[in-house]
Amino acid sequence: MEKKVVIQGQDLCIGYRTGKQEKMVHEHLDFELRAGELTCLLGANGAGKSTLLRTLSASQPSLGGDLKMLGKPLKDYTEKERSRTIGVVLTDKTFAGGLSVYELVALGRQPHTGFFGRLTKEDKQIVQEAMENVGIAHKARNYVAELSDGERQKVMIAKALVQECPLILLDEPTAFLDVVSRIEIMHLLHRLAIEQQKAILLSTHDIEQALVLADRLWLLTKGEGLQCGVTEDLILSHRMDSLFTHRDIRFDYDHGVYYPTVKGQKKIVVESEDKTLLHWTINALNRHGYRCVSIPQEGVPHIRVLSAKEIQICLHGQNHTCTSFEELLGRL
Amino acid sequence: MNNKGTTYSLALTVLILILIGANLFFGSVNIPAEAIIDTLLGKEVEKASWSFIVWEARVPQALTALLCGAALAGSGLMLQTAFNNPLAGPSILGINSGASLGVALVMLAFGGTIATAGVTLSSFFSIVVGAFIGSMVVMGLILFFSTLIKSNIMLLITGIMIGYITSSAISLLNFFATAEGVHSYMIWGMGNFSGVSLEQLPYFAMFTLSGLVLAILLIKPLNAMLLGTRYAENLGVNIKRTRNLLLISTGILTAITTAFCGPVSFIGLAVPHIARLMLGTSNHNSLLPVTLLTGSVVALLCNLICILPGESGIIPLNAVTPVLGAPVIIYVIINQRRIQYFN
Repeated sequence: MEKKVVIQGQDLCIGYRTGKQEKMVHEHLDFELRAGELTCLLGANGAGKSTLLRTLSASQPSLGGDLKMLGKPLKDYTEKERSRTIGVVLTDKTFAGGLSVYELVALGRQPHTGFFGRLTKEDKQIVQEAMENVGIAHKARNYVAELSDGERQKVMIAKALVQECPLILLDEPTAFLDVVSRIEIMHLLHRLAIEQQKAILLSTHDIEQALVLADRLWLLTKGEGLQCGVTEDLILSHRMDSLFTHRDIRFDYDHGVYYPTVKGQKKIVVESEDKTLLHWTINALNRHGYRCVSIPQEGVPHIRVLSAKEIQICLHGQNHTCTSFEELLGRL
Repeated sequence: MNNKGTTYSLALTVLILILIGANLFFGSVNIPAEAIIDTLLGKEVEKASWSFIVWEARVPQALTALLCGAALAGSGLMLQTAFNNPLAGPSILGINSGASLGVALVMLAFGGTIATAGVTLSSFFSIVVGAFIGSMVVMGLILFFSTLIKSNIMLLITGIMIGYITSSAISLLNFFATAEGVHSYMIWGMGNFSGVSLEQLPYFAMFTLSGLVLAILLIKPLNAMLLGTRYAENLGVNIKRTRNLLLISTGILTAITTAFCGPVSFIGLAVPHIARLMLGTSNHNSLLPVTLLTGSVVALLCNLICILPGESGIIPLNAVTPVLGAPVIIYVIINQRRIQYFN
């Protein structure tokens, strides 16, 4: 089934315009965002993620090309229409500590309410549902000031939900969160994308979570511009290698994480039946400047890991058995 | 408005009525209570001077305090929200010194003295216009600097600096003014609510109320601005237009009060805090009305304190307002970790 395209960019050029000067950040960007999909925008600092998000939310104009929202050019939208079409969650500091959670979420209804922002019964119902959806309803009466960073983020997501926009843009929603909240927020967004058929685009540095939960990835780099695709397609066509141009970083295809390149000159042979043991042994040895190989070689130390408490090492023709990695690393 | 907002509004209205009564019954001249009631009911009283004092001094003074308090507190609240800075206020940001400079210039152009007492109705409008332009220029400058300066504290300090510059311009004007003018300026600078005559009162009220109505019309965008400008923009608020309307509203309110009552300090800065602490919310739906009413209460109370010495004279208004206002600000700063709206 073809999903509905919510926002579409063709040959888009983004950047800043100050007076007559144009500072271009990216050109020739082509992309589509579809309803019901969670898309993660990945890229190094300074790659232009925020500029792209700001352009999509119409906070700044594009410098060229086409940007269509539901088939209509984004620049033709009035402020009011836009506020009902695009909801944003930002990293900006807010000054809403003195509002209750309910009041803050209700502010999201402003695009739909009248001159004084009075909430109808229906509005109240929508606010209540949104709070339940993000799991913050039990704190409806609490002050925003009393919430943790993760809870605040949920409140802002609920605010974006009550705007009833087909598109939600989030700028690093997990930036200041601990690992539990990060996973929680990403799961929440993934669930909302599917359940409410929203197109959700978020920028993040949390690559681990993005690879697990994103339906699509947008990889933004200075050199190659924007590359879009289903997560696995991009990974297996080795697109992740070029995401960070730093030469001391490599992408680990087995684990979906970035690793520093091993620079050690010393070689060591490692073998183990158990994949987990092998992984962590290599991890420890890499950290200590060893390059690990699996085929035995003449004059190269040899390690055989039987269990975490039984590690055999053959060093200069002598055999030892270590009972911990601490002991092993001490011997080397 | 929530229930708490309604309760406080009613209580404050009752308090305002009591304070207006007190302001009518007490003053530097001792008038019997029955005589005051008779005067107000339009009956003849024993001494013609009593009737004159009540109608020409006490009534306009009480009503001026009522309107001024609301005007200053309202503009303080709008500035605090617009700049996302709980320590903003018309006097801190130098807006009322801008208004003062406008008044001083107009007075000089119209005849050399910088006194507001006893001006004719025709010059009434020129004074208001002068004060309005002065305050708008400073507001415009502050808004311009706010785009360059991201730190709130730095912006406040910039506002204080602008205030100093306008003050020194006023001092320069004073240097060229007559001794009489300087004296009247000094008196005016101490602040008082007796600068509006009964004849001027309707116009004064018209300007103040138009500024206050504009403020009430801005409640919805003000609430959105609590989230910062980018969120507000996303909620469909036209930031430029809202800022301009806020500029006009606070400009009118600060200009009119400063022109006639002098640069009254601390009411604009402290009253929004009192209202927020009482209500426990930053939601302007209830915060704005309660702030306006609290402003009136505080101004009437200050005026009452000013006339306490009775026959021996009047305490300058600006000697009273800091005593009430400054402790509030110090309390708020000390407790800012506990106070929700700072976090």
